[in-house]
Amino acid sequence: MPNLSDLKNRIASVKSTRKITKAMQMVAAAKLRRAQEAAEAGRPYAERFNAVMGGLAASVGSSEGAPKLLAGTGSTQTHLLVVMTAERGLCGGFNGNIAKAAKAAAQKLLAEGKTVKILTVGKKGREAIKRDLADHFIGHVDLSEVKRIGYADASGIAQDVLSRFDAGEFDVAKIFFSRFESVISQIPTEQQIIPADFEASGEDGTVYDYEPSEEEILADLLPRGVATQIFSALLENGASEQGARMSAMDNATRNAGEMIDKLTIQYNRSRQAVITNELIEIISGAEAL
Amino acid sequence: MAMMQFELVSPERKLASVEASEVQIPGAEGDFTAMPDHAPVITTLRPGYLTVVTASGTEEYFVTGGFAEVSGESTTVLAERAFAKADMTSELAAELVAEADAAHSAGGTDATAKLAADMAAGIAL
Repeated sequence: MPNLSDLKNRIASVKSTRKITKAMQMVAAAKLRRAQEAAEAGRPYAERFNAVMGGLAASVGSSEGAPKLLAGTGSTQTHLLVVMTAERGLCGGFNGNIAKAAKAAAQKLLAEGKTVKILTVGKKGREAIKRDLADHFIGHVDLSEVKRIGYADASGIAQDVLSRFDAGEFDVAKIFFSRFESVISQIPTEQQIIPADFEASGEDGTVYDYEPSEEEILADLLPRGVATQIFSALLENGASEQGARMSAMDNATRNAGEMIDKLTIQYNRSRQAVITNELIEIISGAEAL
Repeated sequence: MAMMQFELVSPERKLASVEASEVQIPGAEGDFTAMPDHAPVITTLRPGYLTVVTASGTEEYFVTGGFAEVSGESTTVLAERAFAKADMTSELAAELVAEADAAHSAGGTDATAKLAADMAAGIAL
């Protein structure tokens, strides 16, 4: 049986852990609200953009001179996986789930005899897949200095991806991120960005005039489409990370509370046992006289 | 007077969503004014000022590029970056021009040269 001062120390240490997790939970809750607002603010742009691109892609996509970003290079040999995770840990299964999805996809491609290249965004995901797939790394984007994700960050990543594409380094690009469903549910998602995969939305049938030509607009917009998709993925990821951290810290706080209760009961019992023992000794000492 | 829905969105947020009677757009192939019942058109933008006439007055925005979708009932401008004219300071303008110039000296294609020139010209207006 642990002695009283040991128990007291343990209770104190669990209490301070609980304070930290509680504080982290509250910080995550505040950040989550901001991240969610950012994700919502970015939605109208992405939606309109995709609708227009869907219409354009449907009319130009099948023609012969379609840009490579839309039609593909004609091969699917080399795949680029852009794995987006958080810069920080302590957010439950968030980073692990994305890394797992990316790893599974990479292994599947490797088994099919394809070449896989990996670009990581965020430190945690890089660490998680380094063990198995370090040979496939071609680059890393560090966002740890970025407080608030802006379009410029996404556009930087897109530039990097596009210049590699132009240099013929890969044929197909996919991004891995976590889609924010709710605080308790974030879904690891895989999305193809090159060749562009727009849902040919059932537009209302309006026939648009294009100025300049459809092809030129498409050539101008496709690179922006890559940036837009990366940007909305980063925003979703930001919200997911905070949501995951919030629920992980909520659990940790609750567990710490339960542990404190248990330890306190144990502490009280042992203290009572010591008191009873002392009483018995005093009484039996008095009787012996 | 007939009105149409006007929306100006950037990737980061929605800057405006108002009823407008006319919108002057700096299109890639020339400026034009969209009014209610304009024929549907999609055009790319060059850097320049976007003027929106609403019932309560005129608002101006600077856009760096992107595209506009005009249909009879609504006009949507998706701008890469957009600022209200009131927020345009000479420092910001200089920064945008410098960015475009830097992109040109790094990439050096016709498109970037045009962008740099358009940026300078658009801001000067």
